[in-house]
Amino acid sequence: MSAPTVDVPDSPAELTRSPSLGEYFRSYVDRVRGGDIGSLPAIFGLVVLVIVFSLLRPVFFSAGNFANLLTQGAPITVIAMGLVFVLLLGEIDLSAGFTSGVCAAVLATLLTDWGWSWPLGVLVALAVGLLIGTTMGSLVARVGIPSFVVTLAAFLAFQGTVLLIIGEGGNVAIRDQTILAIENKNVPPVWGWILWAVSIGAFAALMLMQAQRRRAKGLAAEPMAVLAAKVGGLAVLTGIAVYVLNLERSRNALVISLKGIPWVVPIILVLLVVLSFVLGRTAYGRHVYATGGNAEAARRAGIKVANIRTSVFMVCSTMAAVGGIIAASRANSVDPNAGGSNTLLYAVGAAVIGGTSLFGGKGKVRDAIIGGAVIAVIDNGMGLLGYSAGIKFIVTGLVLLIAASVDALSRKRAHATGRA
Amino acid sequence: MTANATENGTPILQLRGINKSFGPVHVLKQVNFAAYPGQVTALVGDNGAGKSTLIKCIGGIHPIDSGEFLFEGKQVTVHGPRDASALGIEIVYQDLALCDNLDVVQNMFLGREQTTSIVLDEASMEERAAKTLKSLSVRTLRSTRQLVASLSGGQRQTVAIAKAVLWNSKVVILDEPTAALGVAQTEQVLALVRRLADQGLAVVLISHNLVDVFQVADRIAALYLGQLAAEVKAKDVRQPQVVELITTGRTEGVESELPTSVDEGVTA
Repeated sequence: MSAPTVDVPDSPAELTRSPSLGEYFRSYVDRVRGGDIGSLPAIFGLVVLVIVFSLLRPVFFSAGNFANLLTQGAPITVIAMGLVFVLLLGEIDLSAGFTSGVCAAVLATLLTDWGWSWPLGVLVALAVGLLIGTTMGSLVARVGIPSFVVTLAAFLAFQGTVLLIIGEGGNVAIRDQTILAIENKNVPPVWGWILWAVSIGAFAALMLMQAQRRRAKGLAAEPMAVLAAKVGGLAVLTGIAVYVLNLERSRNALVISLKGIPWVVPIILVLLVVLSFVLGRTAYGRHVYATGGNAEAARRAGIKVANIRTSVFMVCSTMAAVGGIIAASRANSVDPNAGGSNTLLYAVGAAVIGGTSLFGGKGKVRDAIIGGAVIAVIDNGMGLLGYSAGIKFIVTGLVLLIAASVDALSRKRAHATGRA
Repeated sequence: MTANATENGTPILQLRGINKSFGPVHVLKQVNFAAYPGQVTALVGDNGAGKSTLIKCIGGIHPIDSGEFLFEGKQVTVHGPRDASALGIEIVYQDLALCDNLDVVQNMFLGREQTTSIVLDEASMEERAAKTLKSLSVRTLRSTRQLVASLSGGQRQTVAIAKAVLWNSKVVILDEPTAALGVAQTEQVLALVRRLADQGLAVVLISHNLVDVFQVADRIAALYLGQLAAEVKAKDVRQPQVVELITTGRTEGVESELPTSVDEGVTA
């Protein structure tokens, strides 16, 4: 502030005064104008895409397609959730796609060829992911090889690994009913509503408790109206989603009934809550942001930067393993190209489109979900419109480019307005 | 005229005959240095005089080769930054080391977050940060939840200083806190430096700007080519004398601690 008398509160107590509704709204608008836009462009883009596709192709806006979108987008969304951690440090994991492939191949082999039970198979698949992440993370953090190179090498090597496990031209079918259920079975409608009610209730209770605690300490808390709007908005939006997913989607309901939330949705929600908690509410998460924002400052604050750097690759590869399991469930099998072609690029795209910065230090786990939804909508909608795979790739590429430009421009704007 | 110890009380931090070499380069030669509670001690000297090395020795970044390190009258050994923090010595470096993407509270508690079990205790941290800022009469921050990225240079300096004070520190060492600031912000930071001392902390201020030094310092210690040229009370000297001390290591009317011929130095 060049003129220190402007905007200076009269007393230091003002530092922690609760804002009124109008002030809250104005400060939010200020933040957005200053370049702190978060997921706004992605949400805006998502709404536009949904409207356009629904007008051009009414079937896009059907309950059946909505369920399709969720199951289609699930694998890359989960991989993207892990990638957010790596991107927060300004690093990249190019191997996440094939890491998911390797883990899926391990799972399929264990379940189908060796006859293992699914919990053991899943555990080993996750352990493989963790091991991959630990190795790559150590190479980046301790040996000092750029993550681009380490993960590019891993990208090539894992492509080969999947090929060796599955065999050229081979295909390992998944027959385990539990694994198949993730992407192919639905939560019974009643349980869907119970899940909804419990989640919303827990969310509301948490927000209220937090606000009460802050008020009790005399700190600035969100206005009650904002809290109510947040909880209410979430309840209505998710309520509509649950209602739609509980509608009968089967063309012939007498032969087979198809209704309820796909099982993968609660799985993703649990992952979202757990990872958001880790990033937002624990000292570890704080240290991830700090290392991404200013590694030297983090080091001087006594944070073990090398450990943090290794850990984000561990999270990323383990999440890639989860994504691989979900993809295997969706495909009912694992082939040599599992986790290949556009998997990684869609996942990175999802994280970046959702608002995670490629420059590090900025991003949330939920960005991956919003960005994943954008990618799934483009992929699904353009497929329905009958465009070829070629056109889909070009459009997705352009959207990613737009998202990266928005990221870079908002950063520039943040610099110009003195916010970065 | 070496400052009279009885008049100032006992120094909280006292270094006696400190030597430090980097390979063949003898950077600090028999340096004596003291900081007193409630006083601002300015550490002045030209580039390369050894100011930074001296504070890094105090902060535990460099181990000292020989000499006594006394804290609150007791001999201590400082092996690393953690030891220095544990004693209550905090250093605010020139580049501040703040994370732009975190807010004021998050930066102040970085690396020492308060938690209840594994959950960050945001409310307690915010309350404590606000209290500290209040005790320093900081009026330039709009909110404790502002991102550091949105702060001006003076505000950043304020946050860095508040971060150092937060931990009940007893000695705060400030490395060129006003170097990159405008006139108004320099005034604010200097006022803050004065308030720290008035609250009973021992403040060590490193600065090239003698106007700033004379505005807030109680005592001035001048380093010249790795040796303490003089330690004087600010009210006993005038600016030209300090300039002479910095550039030549001696001045008329001030008793220098240096040997008569600086070039011969101290054979350590």
